[in-house]
Amino acid sequence: MKTKILICTLGLLTSLANAQADTTLFKRQSVDSSKKNLNMDAVYNRPFLQSRSSKVALGGYTEANWQHLGSDGVSLGHQFQMRRMSIFLSSSISRHIKFLTEIEFENDPDELLEGGSPEVGVEYAAMDMELHPLLNLRGGIILNPIGAFNQNHDGPKWEFVDRPIAATQMLPATWQNAGFGLYGKRYSKRGMLGYEIYATGGFDNSIIDNEEGRTFLAASHENAARFATTSNGQPLITAKIAGRQNQWGEMGVSYMGGVYNTTTQDGLVVDAPRKLQVLAIDWNSTIPHLKTTVVGEWAWIFLQLPHAYLESYGNRQQGGFLDIIQPVYQGTVAGWRNATLNLALRSEYVDWNVGNFHDIKGTKGDELVSFVPAVSFRPNPQTVLRLNYRYQKHQDLFRNNPSYTSGWQLGFATYF
Amino acid sequence: MKSRCFYFFSISLALTYVSCYKMEPGAALPDEVMDAPVEGLTTGQTQLFLRGAEEFDEVYTAATGLGPTYVSNSCGSCHSGDNRGHLFTALTRYGQTEPGANPYANTGGPQLQPFSIPGVQGESLPAGVSHAKFMAPIVAGVGFLEAIPDASILALADPLDSDGDGISGVAHWIALPSWVVPNNNAVSNNGQYLGRFGRKASTHNLHQQTIGAFHQDMGISSSFIPFELFNPNEPLTSIPTQSPEVSDGDVNATVFYLQVLQTPFQRNKDHADVIKGQAVFRALGCQKCHVETMTTGYSPIAQLSNQTIHPYTDLLLHDMGEALNDHYTEGNALASEWKTPALWGLGLAPAVQGNGYSLMHDGRAHSIEEAIEWHGGEGQQSKDLFDQLSLSDKQTLIQFLESL
Repeated sequence: MKTKILICTLGLLTSLANAQADTTLFKRQSVDSSKKNLNMDAVYNRPFLQSRSSKVALGGYTEANWQHLGSDGVSLGHQFQMRRMSIFLSSSISRHIKFLTEIEFENDPDELLEGGSPEVGVEYAAMDMELHPLLNLRGGIILNPIGAFNQNHDGPKWEFVDRPIAATQMLPATWQNAGFGLYGKRYSKRGMLGYEIYATGGFDNSIIDNEEGRTFLAASHENAARFATTSNGQPLITAKIAGRQNQWGEMGVSYMGGVYNTTTQDGLVVDAPRKLQVLAIDWNSTIPHLKTTVVGEWAWIFLQLPHAYLESYGNRQQGGFLDIIQPVYQGTVAGWRNATLNLALRSEYVDWNVGNFHDIKGTKGDELVSFVPAVSFRPNPQTVLRLNYRYQKHQDLFRNNPSYTSGWQLGFATYF
Repeated sequence: MKSRCFYFFSISLALTYVSCYKMEPGAALPDEVMDAPVEGLTTGQTQLFLRGAEEFDEVYTAATGLGPTYVSNSCGSCHSGDNRGHLFTALTRYGQTEPGANPYANTGGPQLQPFSIPGVQGESLPAGVSHAKFMAPIVAGVGFLEAIPDASILALADPLDSDGDGISGVAHWIALPSWVVPNNNAVSNNGQYLGRFGRKASTHNLHQQTIGAFHQDMGISSSFIPFELFNPNEPLTSIPTQSPEVSDGDVNATVFYLQVLQTPFQRNKDHADVIKGQAVFRALGCQKCHVETMTTGYSPIAQLSNQTIHPYTDLLLHDMGEALNDHYTEGNALASEWKTPALWGLGLAPAVQGNGYSLMHDGRAHSIEEAIEWHGGEGQQSKDLFDQLSLSDKQTLIQFLESL
């Protein structure tokens, strides 16, 4: 029996090896470069390899970097990080029905430093059924359309090694949940308008009871049970409307809200329901003659806290980022015909705890500002080499003298 | 173009590599921080110090044992930078107005835990009860204070004011819980031991102080106090859901961390105004309570043994007058009696108190001058002398105090 299994396995591997050797078997699908897409299309707006004889397409991306950062005189020295590798697989099941999944291997440097381990998980796995361009059904593990980055987060699309702090820690990109919803788009000569609305699983108490010691939506990432059950029986509703004007670019407004805490267990009431609401706007635009691209996102978070709760956990947060990317050279470099050299700057701000203290005078701090100037080189649109310098300032809850973090990051990201 | 690109990237990478450390923020000057250990620790001691530092800054959650009721969720949130606390983290104690026992000891007292984990009510102050706010004290240098022999402190005590200088200084003899092991060479007085930590000197050593803080401040049970806090608003089982919520190892690492924190450095001590200010400090008699120099005795940690330190405290209780009488006390102290707080690190307090001062036991004074003005009782004489000083002498005194 063992021999049979071995033979079968070797046979399978051999056939795969042959398949890999045959470069004509897969064809790279061109990505629509006309940019007539919205952020909501990001999961499909990727370079896939399509088998000639199959309805299955596959792709992926990876990103890795070196960094040398220090905080207030303490440096970890040289750090070499393989941050993530994603593999995506899509299939046209039949006319108007398709499926896409993204499986990600992720090394979060902050979590690993705290003793965590690499994560391998399903980032996205959803079936789409088109009934009409304005009415598509989607179900599975979806990326909640809050802001733009959550859906449009592939490393090779960005000129910066780090993901935006406001999008990944304040808003918890990538924030995915099991759920169902609708989306649709309407086209015109001048642009397009799209909407999305989903009911999904959501957050839990950890957003106000976590080791960060602050309101931290990303703490709910630890709750893997959210793919099987909600913490309170209530759906998290996420809705977005976005428009693209061909000349001026895209703007989106999104909302995410619902009860986040556990309210009953075994039919018994254990807590009063408390709401979380998030409002976000996002935009991206390319100035026609200058070719300057401006990408940004800003979000406001409002949540109800238990009565007399520790004030380091805020009931309001706000923050966002603004990327400005300026191509300074486009042409052939070392044989790469569509190479681009960019200068870029990311500005970020997060106020983790908006408002004043209740019992003492003063405005609460816990604010972060960072600037990341960057040089990026794209030998082709799917690959980016990026050199960043991070300058970051954090002021604590009491507005004491700020702490500073800065240093260099050098890395690459590429679709494959 | 190919060679230009090659040169561009090569030079960029070389510059990046060379500038790694130079482009990163520098460390604060050694005399501006308090979270460093004493020099000369062995590598094993350094590892224990780092484990203690991690525990000190650990943010507890409901899942890791926080509460159900608490004051704050980490040691570091109250003792920011190992310096004094912020008004925001001041805690409230209540119920005892006279020397003796706290009548609320079994019903939620003496400390109020107003915050709670989600789904549980926090504790509220019993109606009409007298209470006091306590700011978190500086923790840098506390290992050296612990290493001062009892005999040295008792030598400073003058409970009957035998020398007639208006300053008494009372040793606070306290009964130790069964789980507290007295310090080396501790003096026993009818089974009671000298208290030296806490605003009322009601704690004997750092082990007791640390375990008490885990329990009273964060609701963290240990093998030493293996039960939850009592909350009259929501009486729950006193048995923790996980026990112990902090291990003995982590407790001991935290104690070791506190013990080997360096003492605060005086800054600008050779500046003429600072020297003059110190002379004014002595002329006012401030050093009678805020004793400038003490010497540690033997400590199992060699770096703490037989060291001369400048804490500006005598670790004794003093009657500070009616203005500072909050009608709350602990142990055998009078409500108007307070342990002389150490003044070392005073000038760095604004760095952790929101760029301003919150001084005295409850943070009521927002400048050093205001803190002096609150002195009454045994401090009245020095306060009156301060009021008679010229403006320049006041300024030099303040400069001296800010240098500590």
